[in-house]
Amino acid sequence: MLEQNLFAGFGGQGVLLMGQLLAYAGMLEDKYVSWLPAYGPEMRGGTANCSVNISDEPIGSPVVSKATTVVAMNRPSLDKFEPTVQPDGYLFINSSIIDRKAERDDVKVYYVPCNELAEELGNAKVANMVMLGAYIEKTKCVDIENVLEALRYKLGEKKEHLIPVNRDALLKGAAAVKD
Amino acid sequence: MAKKLMKGCEAVAEAAIQAGCRFFFGYPITPQNDIPEYMSARMPKVGGCFLQAESEVAAINMVYGAAGAGARVMTSSSSPGISLKMEGISYIAAAELPCVIVNMMRGGPGLGSIQASQGDYFQATKGGGHGDYRMIVYAPASVQEMIDMMQHAFDVADKFRTPVMVLADGIIGQMMEPVEITEGGNVVLPKKDWATTGYKTGERPRSIVNSLYIEVEELEELTNRLQARYREIEETETKVEVYNTEGAEFVLCAYGTVARICKTAIMQLQKQGVKVGLVRPITLWPFPSTAVHDAIVADSVKKALCVEMSAGQMVEDVRLAVDGKKEVAFFGYSGSRVPTAEEIAQRILEMRGA
Repeated sequence: MLEQNLFAGFGGQGVLLMGQLLAYAGMLEDKYVSWLPAYGPEMRGGTANCSVNISDEPIGSPVVSKATTVVAMNRPSLDKFEPTVQPDGYLFINSSIIDRKAERDDVKVYYVPCNELAEELGNAKVANMVMLGAYIEKTKCVDIENVLEALRYKLGEKKEHLIPVNRDALLKGAAAVKD
Repeated sequence: MAKKLMKGCEAVAEAAIQAGCRFFFGYPITPQNDIPEYMSARMPKVGGCFLQAESEVAAINMVYGAAGAGARVMTSSSSPGISLKMEGISYIAAAELPCVIVNMMRGGPGLGSIQASQGDYFQATKGGGHGDYRMIVYAPASVQEMIDMMQHAFDVADKFRTPVMVLADGIIGQMMEPVEITEGGNVVLPKKDWATTGYKTGERPRSIVNSLYIEVEELEELTNRLQARYREIEETETKVEVYNTEGAEFVLCAYGTVARICKTAIMQLQKQGVKVGLVRPITLWPFPSTAVHDAIVADSVKKALCVEMSAGQMVEDVRLAVDGKKEVAFFGYSGSRVPTAEEIAQRILEMRGA
Protein backbone atom coordinates (compact mmCIF):
# COMPACT_ATOMS: atom_id res chain seq x y z
CA MET A 1 0.00 0.00 0.00
CA LEU A 2 1.27 3.45 -0.90
CA GLU A 3 -1.16 6.34 -0.58
CA GLN A 4 0.23 9.55 -2.01
CA ASN A 5 -2.08 12.39 -1.08
CA LEU A 6 -2.19 16.06 -1.89
CA PHE A 7 -4.37 18.30 0.27
CA ALA A 8 -4.71 21.81 -1.10
CA GLY A 9 -6.64 25.00 -0.44
CA PHE A 10 -6.48 28.53 0.91
CA GLY A 11 -4.33 29.21 3.93
CA GLY A 12 -6.75 29.13 6.89
CA GLN A 13 -8.94 26.32 5.54
CA GLY A 14 -7.06 23.78 7.62
CA VAL A 15 -5.52 21.81 4.77
CA LEU A 16 -2.20 21.41 6.55
CA LEU A 17 -4.00 20.15 9.65
CA MET A 18 -6.01 17.62 7.62
CA GLY A 19 -2.79 16.19 6.30
CA GLN A 20 -1.14 16.18 9.72
CA LEU A 21 -4.03 14.32 11.32
CA LEU A 22 -3.94 11.75 8.55
CA ALA A 23 -0.18 11.29 8.93
CA TYR A 24 -0.49 10.99 12.70
CA ALA A 25 -3.31 8.43 12.37
CA GLY A 26 -1.16 6.46 9.93
CA MET A 27 1.69 6.47 12.43
CA LEU A 28 -0.66 5.15 15.13
CA GLU A 29 -1.40 2.27 12.77
CA ASP A 30 2.32 1.50 12.47
CA LYS A 31 2.57 2.66 8.89
CA TYR A 32 5.37 4.69 7.37
CA VAL A 33 4.21 8.27 6.93
CA SER A 34 5.50 11.63 5.83
CA TRP A 35 3.91 15.08 5.85
CA LEU A 36 5.36 17.93 3.86
CA PRO A 37 3.82 21.40 3.71
CA ALA A 38 4.18 23.98 0.97
CA TYR A 39 2.98 27.50 1.53
CA GLY A 40 3.86 31.13 1.06
CA PRO A 41 4.89 33.62 3.72
CA GLU A 42 1.26 34.68 4.44
CA MET A 43 -0.60 33.49 7.55
CA ARG A 44 -3.97 33.47 5.74
CA GLY A 45 -5.31 33.88 2.23
CA GLY A 46 -2.35 32.45 0.31
CA THR A 47 -2.43 28.99 -1.13
CA ALA A 48 -1.29 26.08 0.98
CA ASN A 49 -0.89 22.40 0.30
CA CYS A 50 0.67 19.36 1.84
CA SER A 51 1.99 16.06 0.55
CA VAL A 52 1.10 13.11 2.77
CA ASN A 53 2.50 9.65 2.11
CA ILE A 54 1.17 6.60 3.92
CA SER A 55 2.85 3.32 3.14
CA ASP A 56 3.74 -0.18 4.29
CA GLU A 57 7.28 0.43 3.03
CA PRO A 58 9.80 3.15 3.94
CA ILE A 59 8.94 6.33 2.07
CA GLY A 60 11.19 7.50 -0.72
CA SER A 61 10.19 10.86 -2.07
CA PRO A 62 8.26 12.96 0.46
CA VAL A 63 7.12 15.15 -2.42
CA VAL A 64 3.92 13.88 -4.05
CA SER A 65 4.17 14.51 -7.78
CA LYS A 66 1.68 11.86 -8.97
CA ALA A 67 -1.11 11.58 -6.42
CA THR A 68 -3.34 8.63 -5.62
CA THR A 69 -5.66 11.24 -4.10
CA VAL A 70 -6.07 14.96 -4.51
CA VAL A 71 -8.26 16.90 -2.11
CA ALA A 72 -9.10 20.34 -3.51
CA MET A 73 -10.63 22.77 -1.05
CA ASN A 74 -10.73 25.72 -3.47
CA ARG A 75 -10.77 26.42 -7.18
CA PRO A 76 -7.08 27.34 -7.71
CA SER A 77 -6.12 24.04 -6.03
CA LEU A 78 -8.40 22.07 -8.33
CA ASP A 79 -6.97 23.84 -11.38
CA LYS A 80 -3.42 23.22 -10.25
CA PHE A 81 -3.62 19.64 -8.99
CA GLU A 82 -6.36 17.91 -11.01
CA PRO A 83 -3.78 16.85 -13.64
CA THR A 84 -1.59 15.19 -10.99
CA VAL A 85 -4.12 12.52 -9.98
CA GLN A 86 -3.05 9.05 -11.11
CA PRO A 87 -5.54 7.26 -13.38
CA ASP A 88 -8.17 5.50 -11.19
CA GLY A 89 -7.16 7.77 -8.32
CA TYR A 90 -9.47 9.88 -6.19
CA LEU A 91 -10.36 13.52 -6.61
CA PHE A 92 -12.31 15.19 -3.80
CA ILE A 93 -13.82 18.57 -4.60
CA ASN A 94 -15.17 21.07 -2.07
CA SER A 95 -18.32 21.86 -4.04
CA SER A 96 -19.35 24.59 -1.58
CA ILE A 97 -16.93 27.02 -3.15
CA ILE A 98 -15.62 25.33 -6.30
CA ASP A 99 -17.82 26.37 -9.19
CA ARG A 100 -16.73 23.86 -11.78
CA LYS A 101 -16.89 20.13 -12.37
CA ALA A 102 -13.86 17.87 -12.76
CA GLU A 103 -12.40 17.69 -16.26
CA ARG A 104 -10.86 14.24 -15.83
CA ASP A 105 -12.99 11.19 -16.65
CA ASP A 106 -10.38 8.60 -15.67
CA VAL A 107 -10.47 9.30 -11.93
CA LYS A 108 -13.08 8.80 -9.19
CA VAL A 109 -14.57 12.20 -8.38
CA TYR A 110 -16.54 13.09 -5.25
CA TYR A 111 -18.20 16.43 -4.69
CA VAL A 112 -18.51 17.30 -1.02
CA PRO A 113 -20.24 20.54 0.03
CA CYS A 114 -17.89 20.87 3.02
CA ASN A 115 -18.81 24.40 4.09
CA GLU A 116 -22.57 23.81 4.07
CA LEU A 117 -22.25 20.52 5.92
CA ALA A 118 -20.02 22.18 8.51
CA GLU A 119 -22.46 25.03 8.96
CA GLU A 120 -25.24 22.49 9.53
CA LEU A 121 -23.17 21.32 12.48
CA GLY A 122 -22.99 24.89 13.72
CA ASN A 123 -19.25 25.28 13.25
CA ALA A 124 -17.94 26.51 9.91
CA LYS A 125 -14.39 25.74 10.97
CA VAL A 126 -14.84 21.97 10.72
CA ALA A 127 -15.25 22.01 6.92
CA ASN A 128 -11.83 20.42 6.66
CA MET A 129 -12.89 17.58 8.96
CA VAL A 130 -16.00 16.99 6.85
CA MET A 131 -13.73 16.54 3.85
CA LEU A 132 -11.35 14.31 5.79
CA GLY A 133 -14.29 12.10 6.77
CA ALA A 134 -15.28 11.76 3.11
CA TYR A 135 -11.68 10.98 2.17
CA ILE A 136 -11.40 8.21 4.78
CA GLU A 137 -14.78 6.71 3.87
CA LYS A 138 -13.61 6.18 0.30
CA THR A 139 -9.91 5.40 0.64
CA LYS A 140 -10.17 3.42 3.93
CA CYS A 141 -6.66 4.66 4.42
CA VAL A 142 -6.85 4.92 8.22
CA ASP A 143 -9.44 4.43 10.97
CA ILE A 144 -11.52 7.48 11.91
CA GLU A 145 -10.92 6.74 15.60
CA ASN A 146 -7.20 7.18 15.04
CA VAL A 147 -7.83 10.54 13.40
CA LEU A 148 -9.71 11.58 16.54
CA GLU A 149 -6.85 10.28 18.66
CA ALA A 150 -4.50 12.45 16.58
CA LEU A 151 -6.80 15.42 17.08
CA ARG A 152 -6.86 14.85 20.84
CA TYR A 153 -3.07 15.00 20.84
CA LYS A 154 -3.09 18.11 18.66
CA LEU A 155 -5.75 20.01 20.64
CA GLY A 156 -4.53 19.10 24.10
CA GLU A 157 -6.67 18.79 27.24
CA LYS A 158 -7.90 22.39 27.20
CA LYS A 159 -9.71 21.90 23.91
CA GLU A 160 -11.02 18.40 24.57
CA HIS A 161 -14.56 19.84 24.29
CA LEU A 162 -14.02 20.30 20.54
CA ILE A 163 -13.70 16.56 19.93
CA PRO A 164 -17.47 15.81 19.60
CA VAL A 165 -18.09 18.39 16.85
CA ASN A 166 -15.05 17.14 14.98
CA ARG A 167 -16.29 13.56 15.30
CA ASP A 168 -19.67 14.66 13.94
CA ALA A 169 -17.94 16.42 11.07
CA LEU A 170 -15.92 13.33 10.14
CA LEU A 171 -19.07 11.18 10.21
CA LYS A 172 -21.09 13.71 8.23
CA GLY A 173 -18.41 13.82 5.54
CA ALA A 174 -18.29 10.03 5.43
CA ALA A 175 -22.10 9.85 5.10
CA ALA A 176 -22.03 12.37 2.26
CA VAL A 177 -20.08 10.02 -0.01
CA LYS A 178 -21.40 6.66 1.24
CA ASP A 179 -22.59 4.46 -1.65
CA MET B 1 9.87 3.73 22.67
CA ALA B 2 6.78 5.41 21.29
CA LYS B 3 7.26 7.20 18.02
CA LYS B 4 6.46 10.88 17.72
CA LEU B 5 5.42 12.76 14.62
CA MET B 6 7.91 15.61 14.50
CA LYS B 7 8.95 18.35 12.13
CA GLY B 8 12.57 18.18 11.05
CA CYS B 9 13.40 21.56 12.56
CA GLU B 10 11.91 20.69 15.95
CA ALA B 11 13.47 17.25 15.93
CA VAL B 12 16.97 18.56 15.24
CA ALA B 13 16.58 21.07 18.06
CA GLU B 14 15.45 18.41 20.54
CA ALA B 15 18.24 16.08 19.42
CA ALA B 16 20.76 18.86 20.06
CA ILE B 17 19.43 19.30 23.58
CA GLN B 18 19.61 15.55 24.18
CA ALA B 19 23.21 15.70 22.94
CA GLY B 20 24.00 18.15 25.73
CA CYS B 21 23.78 21.41 23.79
CA ARG B 22 22.84 24.15 26.26
CA PHE B 23 23.55 27.30 24.27
CA PHE B 24 21.70 28.42 21.17
CA PHE B 25 22.19 31.75 19.42
CA GLY B 26 20.23 32.52 16.29
CA TYR B 27 18.34 34.96 14.15
CA PRO B 28 15.05 34.24 12.34
CA ILE B 29 14.84 33.20 8.71
CA THR B 30 12.47 30.85 6.87
CA PRO B 31 12.46 27.82 6.53
CA GLN B 32 14.37 27.15 9.77
CA ASN B 33 12.35 29.31 12.17
CA ASP B 34 10.96 26.28 13.97
CA ILE B 35 14.46 25.64 15.35
CA PRO B 36 14.85 28.92 17.29
CA GLU B 37 11.15 28.81 18.18
CA TYR B 38 11.56 25.35 19.71
CA MET B 39 14.81 26.31 21.40
CA SER B 40 13.25 29.43 22.92
CA ALA B 41 10.66 27.26 24.68
CA ARG B 42 12.91 24.33 25.52
CA MET B 43 16.28 25.80 26.54
CA PRO B 44 15.07 27.56 29.71
CA LYS B 45 13.51 24.27 30.87
CA VAL B 46 16.85 22.45 30.74
CA GLY B 47 18.82 25.29 32.29
CA GLY B 48 20.23 26.35 28.95
CA CYS B 49 20.46 29.66 27.16
CA PHE B 50 18.43 30.69 24.14
CA LEU B 51 19.26 34.07 22.74
CA GLN B 52 17.89 35.77 19.66
CA ALA B 53 20.75 37.93 18.51
CA GLU B 54 20.43 41.24 16.68
CA SER B 55 21.79 39.66 13.49
CA GLU B 56 23.32 36.50 12.11
CA VAL B 57 26.77 38.05 12.46
CA ALA B 58 26.15 38.61 16.15
CA ALA B 59 24.74 35.11 16.59
CA ILE B 60 27.77 33.34 15.13
CA ASN B 61 30.10 35.48 17.24
CA MET B 62 28.14 34.53 20.34
CA VAL B 63 28.71 30.92 19.28
CA TYR B 64 32.41 31.78 18.96
CA GLY B 65 32.45 33.16 22.47
CA ALA B 66 30.52 30.31 24.06
CA ALA B 67 32.62 27.70 22.26
CA GLY B 68 35.76 29.46 23.47
CA ALA B 69 34.48 29.16 27.02
CA GLY B 70 34.01 25.41 26.51
CA ALA B 71 30.23 25.28 26.04
CA ARG B 72 28.39 22.84 23.81
CA VAL B 73 26.84 25.36 21.47
CA MET B 74 24.99 25.62 18.19
CA THR B 75 23.32 28.00 15.79
CA SER B 76 21.03 27.51 12.83
CA SER B 77 19.95 29.47 9.81
CA SER B 78 18.99 29.19 6.16
CA SER B 79 21.10 30.06 3.15
CA PRO B 80 21.29 33.90 3.17
CA GLY B 81 21.73 33.81 6.94
CA ILE B 82 24.50 31.23 6.65
CA SER B 83 26.32 33.53 4.22
CA LEU B 84 26.33 36.18 6.95
CA LYS B 85 27.76 33.67 9.43
CA MET B 86 30.63 32.65 7.19
CA GLU B 87 33.11 35.17 8.53
CA GLY B 88 32.50 33.88 12.04
CA ILE B 89 32.81 30.28 10.94
CA SER B 90 36.24 31.00 9.47
CA TYR B 91 37.29 32.58 12.78
CA ILE B 92 35.94 29.61 14.73
CA ALA B 93 37.85 27.21 12.49
CA ALA B 94 41.04 29.26 12.95
CA ALA B 95 40.56 29.42 16.72
CA GLU B 96 40.12 25.62 16.74
CA LEU B 97 36.77 25.71 18.48
CA PRO B 98 33.96 23.15 18.33
CA CYS B 99 30.39 24.08 17.41
CA VAL B 100 27.50 22.85 15.29
CA ILE B 101 25.80 24.93 12.59
CA VAL B 102 22.54 23.76 11.01
CA ASN B 103 21.70 25.07 7.53
CA MET B 104 18.17 24.40 6.24
CA MET B 105 18.95 25.36 2.67
CA ARG B 106 16.59 27.55 0.68
CA GLY B 107 16.74 28.90 -2.86
CA GLY B 108 19.46 31.32 -3.88
CA PRO B 109 21.47 33.27 -4.87
CA GLY B 110 20.57 36.45 -3.02
CA LEU B 111 17.44 36.31 -0.92
CA GLY B 112 16.29 33.67 -3.40
CA SER B 113 13.16 31.82 -2.31
CA ILE B 114 11.85 30.28 0.90
CA GLN B 115 11.51 26.84 -0.70
CA ALA B 116 14.04 24.03 -0.39
CA SER B 117 17.24 23.93 -2.44
CA GLN B 118 20.70 22.37 -2.45
CA GLY B 119 22.51 25.42 -3.73
CA ASP B 120 24.85 25.77 -0.75
CA TYR B 121 26.95 22.67 -1.43
CA PHE B 122 29.91 24.69 -2.67
CA GLN B 123 29.66 27.11 0.23
CA ALA B 124 29.55 24.33 2.83
CA THR B 125 32.21 22.05 1.38
CA LYS B 126 34.66 24.38 -0.34
CA GLY B 127 35.13 27.06 2.25
CA GLY B 128 32.44 29.71 2.27
CA GLY B 129 34.46 31.71 4.71
CA HIS B 130 37.98 32.81 3.86
CA GLY B 131 41.21 30.98 4.36
CA ASP B 132 42.51 27.42 4.42
CA TYR B 133 39.94 25.68 6.54
CA ARG B 134 37.48 22.83 6.24
CA MET B 135 34.25 22.04 7.96
CA ILE B 136 32.76 18.57 8.45
CA VAL B 137 29.43 18.59 6.61
CA TYR B 138 26.64 16.07 7.28
CA ALA B 139 23.74 15.67 4.85
CA PRO B 140 20.73 13.91 6.40
CA ALA B 141 18.08 12.35 4.15
CA SER B 142 15.38 11.90 6.78
CA VAL B 143 14.24 13.46 10.03
CA GLN B 144 15.36 10.37 11.95
CA GLU B 145 18.80 10.39 10.37
CA MET B 146 19.19 14.05 11.24
CA ILE B 147 18.33 13.28 14.87
CA ASP B 148 20.80 10.41 14.98
CA MET B 149 23.51 12.66 13.52
CA MET B 150 23.29 15.38 16.14
CA GLN B 151 24.98 13.58 19.02
CA HIS B 152 27.75 12.50 16.69
CA ALA B 153 28.08 15.98 15.19
CA PHE B 154 28.73 17.53 18.61
CA ASP B 155 31.11 14.73 19.62
CA VAL B 156 33.12 15.03 16.41
CA ALA B 157 33.23 18.82 16.74
CA ASP B 158 34.72 18.41 20.23
CA LYS B 159 37.10 15.66 19.22
CA PHE B 160 38.62 17.62 16.34
CA ARG B 161 37.97 21.11 17.73
CA THR B 162 36.29 22.15 14.52
CA PRO B 163 33.00 23.62 13.36
CA VAL B 164 30.58 20.99 12.01
CA MET B 165 27.69 21.76 9.69
CA VAL B 166 24.47 19.80 9.32
CA LEU B 167 23.41 20.66 5.78
CA ALA B 168 19.75 19.85 5.29
CA ASP B 169 17.15 21.63 3.19
CA GLY B 170 13.76 23.25 3.63
CA ILE B 171 12.00 19.97 2.89
CA ILE B 172 13.75 18.05 5.67
CA GLY B 173 13.26 21.01 7.98
CA GLN B 174 9.53 21.35 7.34
CA MET B 175 8.66 17.69 6.85
CA MET B 176 7.05 15.66 9.63
CA GLU B 177 7.99 12.01 10.03
CA PRO B 178 7.60 9.52 12.87
CA VAL B 179 10.79 9.61 14.92
CA GLU B 180 12.36 8.26 18.06
CA ILE B 181 14.63 10.47 20.12
CA THR B 182 16.82 8.74 22.67
CA GLU B 183 16.97 10.69 25.89
CA GLY B 184 20.63 11.49 26.38
CA GLY B 185 20.38 11.94 30.14
CA ASN B 186 23.31 13.81 31.56
CA VAL B 187 25.82 14.01 28.77
CA VAL B 188 29.32 14.34 30.15
CA LEU B 189 31.23 16.76 27.99
CA PRO B 190 34.85 15.97 27.22
CA LYS B 191 37.43 17.90 29.21
CA LYS B 192 38.36 21.13 27.45
CA ASP B 193 41.57 22.30 29.11
CA TRP B 194 42.02 24.90 26.38
CA ALA B 195 38.79 26.73 27.25
CA THR B 196 38.80 30.23 28.69
CA THR B 197 37.22 29.39 32.01
CA GLY B 198 39.00 31.94 34.20
CA TYR B 199 42.72 31.99 34.95
CA LYS B 200 44.09 31.54 38.44
CA THR B 201 47.79 32.04 38.92
CA GLY B 202 49.75 28.84 38.61
CA GLU B 203 46.77 26.55 38.16
CA ARG B 204 47.20 26.01 34.42
CA PRO B 205 48.66 27.89 31.49
CA ARG B 206 46.58 30.83 30.28
CA SER B 207 43.96 29.86 27.70
CA ILE B 208 43.90 32.20 24.76
CA VAL B 209 41.33 32.11 21.98
CA ASN B 210 42.80 33.78 18.94
CA SER B 211 42.74 33.69 15.17
CA LEU B 212 45.34 36.36 14.42
CA TYR B 213 48.93 35.34 13.72
CA ILE B 214 51.12 38.17 12.50
CA GLU B 215 54.23 36.02 12.12
CA VAL B 216 54.25 33.85 8.99
CA GLU B 217 55.79 30.93 10.85
CA GLU B 218 53.10 31.02 13.53
CA LEU B 219 50.23 31.07 11.06
CA GLU B 220 51.84 28.26 9.11
CA GLU B 221 52.12 26.23 12.29
CA LEU B 222 48.37 26.65 12.79
CA THR B 223 47.42 25.79 9.20
CA ASN B 224 49.72 22.76 9.19
CA ARG B 225 48.07 21.57 12.38
CA LEU B 226 44.63 22.11 10.85
CA GLN B 227 45.58 20.31 7.65
CA ALA B 228 46.94 17.33 9.58
CA ARG B 229 43.65 17.19 11.46
CA TYR B 230 41.67 17.38 8.20
CA ARG B 231 43.62 14.41 6.81
CA GLU B 232 42.72 12.44 9.94
CA ILE B 233 39.06 13.45 9.55
CA GLU B 234 39.13 12.28 5.92
CA GLU B 235 40.44 8.92 7.05
CA THR B 236 38.08 8.34 9.95
CA GLU B 237 34.91 10.35 9.51
CA THR B 238 33.77 9.73 5.92
CA LYS B 239 30.23 8.33 5.74
CA VAL B 240 28.28 7.06 2.75
CA GLU B 241 25.27 4.90 1.91
CA VAL B 242 25.65 2.55 -1.05
CA TYR B 243 22.31 1.15 -2.17
CA ASN B 244 21.35 -1.46 -4.77
CA THR B 245 24.60 -1.04 -6.74
CA GLU B 246 25.44 -4.76 -7.10
CA GLY B 247 25.22 -5.48 -10.84
CA ALA B 248 23.51 -2.13 -11.52
CA GLU B 249 23.34 -0.82 -15.07
CA PHE B 250 23.27 2.81 -13.92
CA VAL B 251 24.25 4.52 -10.68
CA LEU B 252 22.55 7.60 -9.32
CA CYS B 253 24.45 9.93 -7.04
CA ALA B 254 22.53 12.28 -4.76
CA TYR B 255 22.38 13.50 -1.17
CA GLY B 256 19.68 14.57 1.28
CA THR B 257 16.09 14.86 0.08
CA VAL B 258 17.03 14.20 -3.54
CA ALA B 259 18.53 10.82 -2.59
CA ARG B 260 15.10 9.77 -1.30
CA ILE B 261 13.49 10.84 -4.55
CA CYS B 262 16.13 8.79 -6.36
CA LYS B 263 15.13 5.72 -4.34
CA THR B 264 11.55 6.11 -5.54
CA ALA B 265 12.86 6.41 -9.11
CA ILE B 266 14.94 3.26 -8.56
CA MET B 267 11.81 1.34 -7.53
CA GLN B 268 9.93 2.61 -10.60
CA LEU B 269 12.79 1.54 -12.86
CA GLN B 270 13.05 -1.84 -11.16
CA LYS B 271 9.47 -2.54 -12.27
CA GLN B 272 10.56 -1.85 -15.84
CA GLY B 273 13.48 -4.25 -15.50
CA VAL B 274 16.21 -1.61 -15.24
CA LYS B 275 18.60 -2.09 -12.36
CA VAL B 276 19.83 1.19 -10.92
CA GLY B 277 21.91 1.78 -7.81
CA LEU B 278 22.45 4.81 -5.62
CA VAL B 279 25.49 6.18 -3.88
CA ARG B 280 24.55 8.73 -1.24
CA PRO B 281 27.26 10.78 0.48
CA ILE B 282 26.30 11.27 4.13
CA THR B 283 29.36 13.41 4.74
CA LEU B 284 29.73 15.95 1.94
CA TRP B 285 33.10 16.88 3.39
CA PRO B 286 34.98 14.65 3.74
CA PHE B 287 33.58 13.48 0.40
CA PRO B 288 33.36 9.68 0.08
CA SER B 289 35.43 9.63 -3.10
CA THR B 290 36.48 5.98 -2.86
CA ALA B 291 32.94 4.66 -2.43
CA VAL B 292 31.63 6.91 -5.20
CA HIS B 293 34.46 5.78 -7.49
CA ASP B 294 33.97 2.10 -6.75
CA ALA B 295 30.20 2.23 -7.22
CA ILE B 296 30.38 4.04 -10.55
CA VAL B 297 33.50 2.52 -12.10
CA ALA B 298 32.17 -1.04 -11.57
CA ASP B 299 32.01 -3.15 -14.76
CA SER B 300 28.22 -3.48 -14.87
CA VAL B 301 27.69 0.29 -14.80
CA LYS B 302 27.17 2.08 -18.13
CA LYS B 303 26.87 5.63 -16.86
CA ALA B 304 26.20 7.58 -13.72
CA LEU B 305 23.69 10.36 -13.15
CA CYS B 306 24.15 12.94 -10.41
CA VAL B 307 20.89 14.57 -9.31
CA GLU B 308 20.73 17.77 -7.26
CA MET B 309 18.42 20.64 -6.43
CA SER B 310 21.05 22.98 -7.88
CA ALA B 311 22.59 23.76 -11.23
CA GLY B 312 25.23 21.12 -10.53
CA GLN B 313 27.61 21.41 -7.60
CA MET B 314 28.28 18.00 -6.04
CA VAL B 315 28.61 16.61 -9.57
CA GLU B 316 32.06 18.21 -9.69
CA ASP B 317 33.22 16.09 -6.75
CA VAL B 318 31.62 13.00 -8.29
CA ARG B 319 33.51 13.60 -11.54
CA LEU B 320 36.76 14.16 -9.63
CA ALA B 321 36.22 10.87 -7.81
CA VAL B 322 35.46 8.97 -11.02
CA ASP B 323 38.41 10.63 -12.75
CA GLY B 324 37.06 10.30 -16.28
CA LYS B 325 36.71 6.52 -16.09
CA LYS B 326 32.93 6.67 -16.64
CA GLU B 327 30.58 9.32 -17.91
CA VAL B 328 28.80 11.21 -15.15
CA ALA B 329 25.72 13.06 -16.40
CA PHE B 330 23.84 15.68 -14.42
CA PHE B 331 20.17 16.38 -13.85
CA GLY B 332 18.76 19.01 -11.56
CA TYR B 333 17.01 22.31 -11.19
CA SER B 334 18.17 25.41 -9.47
CA GLY B 335 15.66 27.89 -8.17
CA SER B 336 13.98 25.55 -5.69
CA ARG B 337 12.18 23.31 -8.19
CA VAL B 338 12.20 19.74 -6.92
CA PRO B 339 13.05 17.02 -9.45
CA THR B 340 10.41 14.28 -9.47
CA ALA B 341 11.01 10.53 -9.37
CA GLU B 342 9.32 10.24 -12.78
CA GLU B 343 11.71 12.77 -14.31
CA ILE B 344 14.75 10.99 -12.87
CA ALA B 345 13.50 7.63 -14.17
CA GLN B 346 12.90 9.21 -17.58
CA ARG B 347 16.48 10.51 -17.69
CA ILE B 348 17.81 7.02 -16.99
CA LEU B 349 15.62 5.53 -19.72
CA GLU B 350 16.88 8.17 -22.16
CA MET B 351 20.48 7.40 -21.20
CA ARG B 352 19.74 3.74 -21.77
CA GLY B 353 18.30 4.42 -25.21
CA ALA B 354 21.10 6.75 -26.23
